[in-house]
Amino acid sequence: MKVFKWCIVAATTLFVAAGVAMAGDTLDAVKAKGFVQVGVNGSLFGFGMPDEKGVWRGLDVDTGRAIAVAVFGDASKVKFIPLTAVQRFTALQSGEIDVLCRNATQTLNRDTALGLDFVQVNYYDGQGFLVPKKLGIKSAKELDGATVCVLPGTTTEMNAADFFRSNNMKWKPVVIEQTSELNKAFFAGRCDCLTSDASQLAGNRAVAPKPEDYAILPEIISKEPLAPAVRHGDNQWKDIVHYSVLAMINAEELGVTSKNVDEKLKSKDPKVQRFLGVSPGNGKALGLDEKFAYNIVKQVGNYGEVFERNVGTNTPLGIERGLNALWTDGGLMYSPPFK
Amino acid sequence: MQKDNALQSKVPVWQDPFWRSVIYQMAALGMIALLGYYLLTNILANLERQSIATGFGFLEKESSFEIGESLISYSAADSYARALWVGVLNTLKVSFVGILMTVTLGTFIGVAHLSSNWLVSKLAAVYTEVLQDIPILLQLFFWYAIFYELLPSPREALNPVAGVFLSNRGLIFAVPESHPAHAYILWAFLAGCVTVFMMRGWARGRQEKTGQIFPVFSVSLGILIGFPLITWCLSGAPAKMDVPALRGFNFEGGVTLSPEFAALLLGLVLYTAAFVAEIVRAGIQSVSHGQTEAAMSLGLRPGRILNLVILPQALRVIIPPLTSQLLNLTKNSSLAVAIGYPDFVSVANTTINQTGQAIEGVALIMAVYLGFSLLTSAFMNWYNKRMALVER
Repeated sequence: MKVFKWCIVAATTLFVAAGVAMAGDTLDAVKAKGFVQVGVNGSLFGFGMPDEKGVWRGLDVDTGRAIAVAVFGDASKVKFIPLTAVQRFTALQSGEIDVLCRNATQTLNRDTALGLDFVQVNYYDGQGFLVPKKLGIKSAKELDGATVCVLPGTTTEMNAADFFRSNNMKWKPVVIEQTSELNKAFFAGRCDCLTSDASQLAGNRAVAPKPEDYAILPEIISKEPLAPAVRHGDNQWKDIVHYSVLAMINAEELGVTSKNVDEKLKSKDPKVQRFLGVSPGNGKALGLDEKFAYNIVKQVGNYGEVFERNVGTNTPLGIERGLNALWTDGGLMYSPPFK
Repeated sequence: MQKDNALQSKVPVWQDPFWRSVIYQMAALGMIALLGYYLLTNILANLERQSIATGFGFLEKESSFEIGESLISYSAADSYARALWVGVLNTLKVSFVGILMTVTLGTFIGVAHLSSNWLVSKLAAVYTEVLQDIPILLQLFFWYAIFYELLPSPREALNPVAGVFLSNRGLIFAVPESHPAHAYILWAFLAGCVTVFMMRGWARGRQEKTGQIFPVFSVSLGILIGFPLITWCLSGAPAKMDVPALRGFNFEGGVTLSPEFAALLLGLVLYTAAFVAEIVRAGIQSVSHGQTEAAMSLGLRPGRILNLVILPQALRVIIPPLTSQLLNLTKNSSLAVAIGYPDFVSVANTTINQTGQAIEGVALIMAVYLGFSLLTSAFMNWYNKRMALVER
């Protein structure tokens, strides 16, 4: 009898393990589930964080919604899963999430060795330094010998090490896992400066006891193209995610907003007609509804609207468009034609 | 007899209890091995399918990140293997110092709890109750906040004694400048240890033969201090100090005890000592009072009663639970990541994040903590055997 019991236990385990090991085509799996599972930050204001009512807000969150709209035509068919920096890639690799929109920097190593594919960048960032004004520092080159507060789990540690190494300066990192604890230690003077992506520094400064006592140094020491990522190998799913982000950028370029999108359906401009699916073709090519771009703009908005709503000058972060402006305004946001 | 054997050989293998148990155990073992093999090949196949890099090759690569404090020289140009080794040493440092302090403080509090002095006994009881009941992570946050909130910046550092500075960058103090004599002094100290060990053997032998007691403790202390001191004088008494001085942002020179290390050590020691105190108290109370009375009636002095009668019996009760507390302390040191002390888990996390090789990284973390725990257990088991009741 005992042997039988053992056989049953082993067989069940094998069966369950085999089920986990097999994962089908992402789009089919998503459609069968009825929602898109998006990995987000969870505690980064402006990018991914629930508001006081529990509604998810942020640039990355809206990107996730745009993907849900593209697949289902409904921005609510999405489930956000908060992930730490350490968990995020494993969650994507293992199939726990369908797409990762968690201010992740695209790098060669991640694109290759991690088995990921990054799509269109949804925020161009760079690493900077936040210092107390009373230190009287005007440039990051004056930071020789400084103690630096660093948040782990990003490319931040490596960038900072590269910067100090290439400038022949000594430094001491203090690496604390949680942003809130790191902020407390920095504001109490444990470190001379805090380093992180410039977009996050604005957020960190906003929660300081006296924000006006802190300044962001002019140097940006790294390139941080933050982009959504998918698993390597499923090209159709990658195209869908890629063009969901591009649809928001293209909409802004064509002057289509969530407010005027219905009027624009009557536009005589063939570019707008093709984009909104009035003249069909784009949707079929992607395996989506012809109205996917219309739905994204209608339900989520164009890139400019999403940017201003989450991180723009009227939010507590108060970030200028800068590199994230359209190419026509001197930025880097550029969409290939939708045809 | 012969009949018996014949009967036994007639019993089929599957009804023989011995063979049956062997077969079951082999089957169970085979099943586990099969499952392990399946899981491993499954993981490898999946990683291969998703084109994720595997293996420990990344250990050779340049780490390109800095570590706040290190017992060995380390820079961002060194390999991941060296970075992880720095982490292992940092964990060992805090665990080793922590274990010594915890045992000392725990014993002290445990004995104080049994004191006939009302105030001392109640203070010890309050200490044990309060610190046992607050989660260790909260205590760590508390102590760390105290260090960085209350202490001044390095430019306004407290300077209680010449050469010692206290600021929110930690405790920085002067140390003797490195000198060749230091190596000789260390050798002299080791020679002192050997001498003391031999002297103790001789003293015991003499006491057993003649009954005369040799003042072992005071002579040992004299040797351990005297040998290095004489060496120091003979090598010209080098007294030059490496005094820390404020340059730019921070102090240079001397030795720094960082707030992260201090907070972690303090948190771990105070928390674990509360448990150790209870274990010590229970151990001492397990020895019946009759033993003390019997020893007193023989005319032994209180110190000798404790050393020769109570402790040898109490230790047998104390050591096994004490071992598990010391293991807890080592394992809890991985909470360091919350307050920024670069222990092994913290360094391994950064490594996993930069290389993306989570399975290898987590396997390393498990292997290292298993290693620490087995070493501690092995030592405590050896000590336990030594202390066990010797039946004569």
